[in-house]
Amino acid sequence: MALDQSDVEKIAHLARLALPAAACTRYAHDLSNILALVAQMDAVDTAGVAPMAHPLHQTQRLRPDVPTEPDQRAHFQSIAPQTDGGLYLVPRVIE
Amino acid sequence: MHEQTILALAEDLRARRYSSVELTRHYLERIARLNPDLNAFITVAAEPALAAAGRADAALAAGTAEPLTGIPIAHKDIFCTRGLRTSCGSRMLDTFIAPYDATVVERLATAGAVVLGKTNMDEFAMGSSNETSWYGPVRNPWDHTRVPGGSSGGSAAAIAARLCAAATGTDTGGSIRQPAALCGITGIKPTYGRCSRWGMIAFASSLDQAGPMARSAADAALLLQAMAGFDPRDSTSIDTPVPDYTAGLNQDLAGLRIGLPKEYFGDGLDARTAASIDGAIREYEQLGARVSEISLPNSPLSVPVYYVVAPAECSSNLARFDGVRYGHRCQSPADLEDLYQRSRAEGFGPEVQRRIMIGTYVLSAGYYDAYYLKAQKIRHLIADDFKRAFTRVDVIMGPSSPTTAFPIGAKRDDPVAMYLSDIYTIAANLAGLPGMSIPVAPVDGLPVGLQIIGNYFEEGRLLNVAHRLQQETHWHCAVPTGCA
Repeated sequence: MALDQSDVEKIAHLARLALPAAACTRYAHDLSNILALVAQMDAVDTAGVAPMAHPLHQTQRLRPDVPTEPDQRAHFQSIAPQTDGGLYLVPRVIE
Repeated sequence: MHEQTILALAEDLRARRYSSVELTRHYLERIARLNPDLNAFITVAAEPALAAAGRADAALAAGTAEPLTGIPIAHKDIFCTRGLRTSCGSRMLDTFIAPYDATVVERLATAGAVVLGKTNMDEFAMGSSNETSWYGPVRNPWDHTRVPGGSSGGSAAAIAARLCAAATGTDTGGSIRQPAALCGITGIKPTYGRCSRWGMIAFASSLDQAGPMARSAADAALLLQAMAGFDPRDSTSIDTPVPDYTAGLNQDLAGLRIGLPKEYFGDGLDARTAASIDGAIREYEQLGARVSEISLPNSPLSVPVYYVVAPAECSSNLARFDGVRYGHRCQSPADLEDLYQRSRAEGFGPEVQRRIMIGTYVLSAGYYDAYYLKAQKIRHLIADDFKRAFTRVDVIMGPSSPTTAFPIGAKRDDPVAMYLSDIYTIAANLAGLPGMSIPVAPVDGLPVGLQIIGNYFEEGRLLNVAHRLQQETHWHCAVPTGCA
């Protein structure tokens, strides 16, 4: 399936990537080539085949619902771009 | 000192022929001299390394040393290291100092290893040449105009150039085995779930697996021993006992059944690489192994399936990089949307953006069944091929890579050509099987890797099979010019 520039603009928006128009044109070419490679899958009959969930058929482990980690907020926030009073700061969302 | 295997270094340290501080200083001097050209390290941690070496010397003196005590190693920059930058080869994490150690890092530290620094890699482990790194390409020590492979290219080059005794790597589609092959070293990707993924920056969570890269199978066995094992902090870690890998190294190979998949020896495999692989197979016959042809009929679909599953998982995993809690944030965002979009566009390089977009597309409404579900079904067929093969053979052998190392820039502008570099390695990841690469006879002075794939949790057998060949041959002992 070939993608054009407007398809890439839509995908880039879904992926939250701000891309200039020239980049979208280039990516349309690259992504179309990758999808052409992926299209080899179409020739395979997968009727009755179950999708693989885990190579060793393991299921998700559960653990008791009790806290296992200490509070490290100050430590974690020391690497944040912008914080104030223990909160992460982003541009105003609500007017 | 840098010429020694880990076993020999450990013996010298115990006999006080030199201290770990002297050994660490020796490696740091080599890094200072050779790394500016090779670019194998992103971060060198001289002071913490010397401090760790001092503690190792104290343990050696006190008689409390572990097998890896005082041995200088390096970590791929995908493993979180507390207090030491973890960039994942990306501008996104250029200033990221992890608040904790990955389980693999913690385990190797407990085993006494000294960390010299963090090795270069393809950005977020997405690449087969180490050219997608924000920190620039790594040069192959065997020919500085060529790539080292990827994504664990920095670890592979550092080991080949004797800048560390061993290193960690990760392998999502061949990222340990392909660079190991192209740099002439030994690397093993364990069974999915064998080594903890906790603190290992996620790319494709159903495929990612950590493993050791070293000069020999015996050295890799020592590292894997420390790295492997159950970790409750990784929900996909598997609770299966870890055997004594070193104890099993010398088992006799008489009667070993080797399967050669005909799909791994067809068009696309360089003829001289094929001849080198054949030479190694003949050595195994000399050791008493029986060789037969097998078929993995769905394996040619590995690359297409992988380029649905891996990007899909990557688009989800990399959604966390939003410029809010850590990582790159754009200047003066106009609003929240602008903050997300520009931080991500500036922080991620082109290959990562390509994969995020492919993943976003194949998971988007209306396309999920045609791509992701279809890929997961074919993945089942690929795994079933291996299951059938392992009823007839003990190990599967073939090339790790279709060619020797290619020139820097040769495939940079053609993503699909780059993806085909991993054509022989991806199937083991899709099936979750352990796979290994060891050096065999070089072609035109460039290393060639023999890939050995085993059944689930048969890392011990792979190491044994690799070690026996390394006892009979000297391919793994070759050193690049200028690195002796």
